[in-house]
Amino acid sequence: MAVITMREALNQAMREEMHRDEGVFLMGEEVAAYQGAYKVSKGLLDEFGDRRVVDSPITELGFAGLGVGAAMVGLRPIIEFMTFNFSILATDQIINSAAKMRYMSGGQFKIPIVFRGPNGSAFQVSSQHSQALESWYAHFPGLKVVMPSTPADAKGLLKSAIRDDDPVIFLEQERMYGNKGEVPDGEDFLIPLGVADVKREGKDCTVVARSLTVPLALKAAEELEKQGVSVEVIDPRTIRPLDIETIINSVKKTNRVVVAEESHAFCGVGAEISAQIMEHAFDHLDAPVKRLSGADAPMPYAKNLERLALPDVERIVRAVREVTYLD
Amino acid sequence: MSDLKVTPMRPRTPSEGASAGAGVAETDERDRINPAELREEHQQRQHEQRKQIEEIDRETLLRMLYHMVLIRRFEEKAAEAYTLGKIGGFCHLYIGQEAVAVGTLSALRPDDYVFTSYRDHGHALVMGMSPDEVMAELFGRAGGCSAGKGGSMHLFDADKHFLGGHGIVGGQIPLATGVAFATKYRGTDQATLCFFGEAAVNQGAFHESLNMAQLWKLPCIYICENNQYGMGTSLKRAMSISDVSQKSVGYGMASEFVDGMDVLAVRAATERAVERARTEHLPSLLEIRTYRFMGHSMSDPGHYRTRAEIEQHQERDPIKVFGDNLREKGVLDDEGLKAIEARVREEVERSVKFADASPEPAPEELFTDIYATPIKRQ
Repeated sequence: MAVITMREALNQAMREEMHRDEGVFLMGEEVAAYQGAYKVSKGLLDEFGDRRVVDSPITELGFAGLGVGAAMVGLRPIIEFMTFNFSILATDQIINSAAKMRYMSGGQFKIPIVFRGPNGSAFQVSSQHSQALESWYAHFPGLKVVMPSTPADAKGLLKSAIRDDDPVIFLEQERMYGNKGEVPDGEDFLIPLGVADVKREGKDCTVVARSLTVPLALKAAEELEKQGVSVEVIDPRTIRPLDIETIINSVKKTNRVVVAEESHAFCGVGAEISAQIMEHAFDHLDAPVKRLSGADAPMPYAKNLERLALPDVERIVRAVREVTYLD
Repeated sequence: MSDLKVTPMRPRTPSEGASAGAGVAETDERDRINPAELREEHQQRQHEQRKQIEEIDRETLLRMLYHMVLIRRFEEKAAEAYTLGKIGGFCHLYIGQEAVAVGTLSALRPDDYVFTSYRDHGHALVMGMSPDEVMAELFGRAGGCSAGKGGSMHLFDADKHFLGGHGIVGGQIPLATGVAFATKYRGTDQATLCFFGEAAVNQGAFHESLNMAQLWKLPCIYICENNQYGMGTSLKRAMSISDVSQKSVGYGMASEFVDGMDVLAVRAATERAVERARTEHLPSLLEIRTYRFMGHSMSDPGHYRTRAEIEQHQERDPIKVFGDNLREKGVLDDEGLKAIEARVREEVERSVKFADASPEPAPEELFTDIYATPIKRQ
C-alpha cells in the first residue's frame, strides 16, 4: 500500500495501461510537453514519446471525433478534456458517434475510448468553467459514466475504464487532485465499473455522495456521530451503470436518504437516484429523499457566492438532521 | 479547368424572404450556361475519357460500368419501394452521382477505409456489400447489414472497411481523420477516404479535421461530392467562396478539382491522392463536381431548381457518357450492355425479394448491442 495523491493515482493508471497495451494512447491539450494542465499526465511524454502522448490543437470536436475513429479500428484512445466544460464542444462526437456507433451498425463496432478530465467546480473560475456534466452524459445509452472520489478508486476505475470496450466518460475533480489516499500496489489492481462502495457504515441515514461531496459527507458523518446520528455514506463510483442495489440495501436499513451533489438539482443524478429509490424502496422510506445540490444558478466568481452555491459539511449535517426529523 | 455554371433558380423579387444585407440571389447573366461553351467543354471531356479508356484493362472498365448501373437501378428500385411505404424515414438517393463512388473506390485496395454521409447506398454497393443486405436494411429487417437498427443512413460493413453511413452533416470527417491517425500510428499504409457534400464544408468539424490531418501528416483523402445543393440551398447561397478546392489552401493541403461526371477523371484524381497518402502520408482535398438528378431526399419538393437545369445535367449522365465511350472504343457492344443491365436487374429484383422475406428484428433487439460489455438495464 502506498499513500499517493489522486493525480498520481491517475498518472499511474495511465502509465500502467499504456505499458500493458500498445494500442492505448493519450491525446489532449497540453498533455505532453506541458506535462498536463493539471499535471495528471506528468512524465508520460518522456516515457512513451510523442506518438503515444499527443498534444492537440484547441479543437475539441475534432480530436474527440478523431479518437472515436481510432477506436473504431481498434486503438484504445484516452482523450483528455482540459476540463469537461470544453467537452460541450465535442458532444456531437461523444453522443452521436461514440454512444451510437455500435447500436446503429447492428453491433459491428466497439468503441473502447475513455474521455477523461476534471468536471464540476474549481476555485473561483466562474460559470463557464465550473459545470458538472455527469447527468448530461449519463442520460445516453451507449455511454458509461464514472466518478471516482479517492485515489484508490481513481486508479482502479481508470484502469478498468481503459480496458472497457465501451465509451467511458471519466469525470475527475480538480479540487481533489491533491487529495491523498492509500492505493493498493500492483498493476492488476482494478475496480469494476458499475459497483458502488459503502464508504462508511451506519444505520440512521444514508447519504449518497459522489466525487467532491464524498469527503464532505464523511466529515459530516463524523460530526453527526457526535450528535448521536449514525450515517452510512454510499459512493456509487459509477453513475451509469448505476449500482442501485447497493443504494436500496442501504435505504432498507436506514429508511432515510440524503443525496449530496455539486451539480444542479433539476434533471440531475440526484433526481434519478430519488426516482429509483421511490420505485424500488417506497415502503422503506420514513421521509422523502432530500437532495442537497448545487445552487440553481450559474456559478458566480465571488468567493463568498461560490461557497454559497456548493454543498458543504454544515449543509449536509443539516440535511441529515432534516430527514431524521431532528430539526 | 472552367467551372460548370449552373442555371439559376427562378428570379426572386427583393421582398421575397431576403435575409439581412445580401439579397437572395437574383438572375445573373453570368450565371447562365452558355450552351455552346458547355457543349465544347463536354466534347473535350469525352475526348479525354476515350483516351483514358485505352489505358485501363477491359475487366476493370466493365466492372466500373456494372457498378454504376447497379447503383442506378438499385436507387430507382429504392425510390419505388419508398413510395410503396416499404422504406420509412429518410432516403437519400445517389442518382446522377454514380461516377463519384465508382471512380474513387476503383482506385482503392480492399484494406483501405471508407467513410461517407447518409447518401451512402452507392458507396455501400461498390464496397462489395450485397444488394440483398442493403435493401433489407432499408426495409428495416433483421437481414439488413445493420440488423435493421441503422436504416438508410447507417449502412456499415466492418469487414469490408466500409465505416458508414453517418447522419450528422460532417460528423464523419473527424472520424475518418481518426482512422488515418490509427493507420499511421500502426505504421501501415492504408488510405482513408472520407466523402461529404459541399454543404458540410461549412461545419467546424471539416476545418478542425483538415488542420489536424495536414499538421500531423495523416493519410486521409477528403472528398467533397459537390452536387451544388445542400438540400435546397445552393452553394452560392451558403459559401462566401464557392470554390471548395480552395478550402485546403488555408491548411497548406494539396487539392484538386475534378469533373464528377467523368468516372475515369475521378479515378485518376483519386489514384494521385492515394499515392500521396500512402507514400508521403499527406492528406488531400478533392472537390468532385457532380449533380444529383433526384431531390435531396424522397421528401424534397425541389422548388429550388428548374426542370431545365436538371435536364441539362442529365445530358451528361455519367453512365450514358461512359457507356457511349466504351462502345466507341470497342470495349463494349450492345450485347454486353444488355448483359450488364440484365444481371443488375436480376440482382436488384432479388434484393427486394430478400428484403420482403426477411423478418423484422426480434423485440429483444431493441436492447442489444448498446454496449460491447452489456450492463443491466437502467
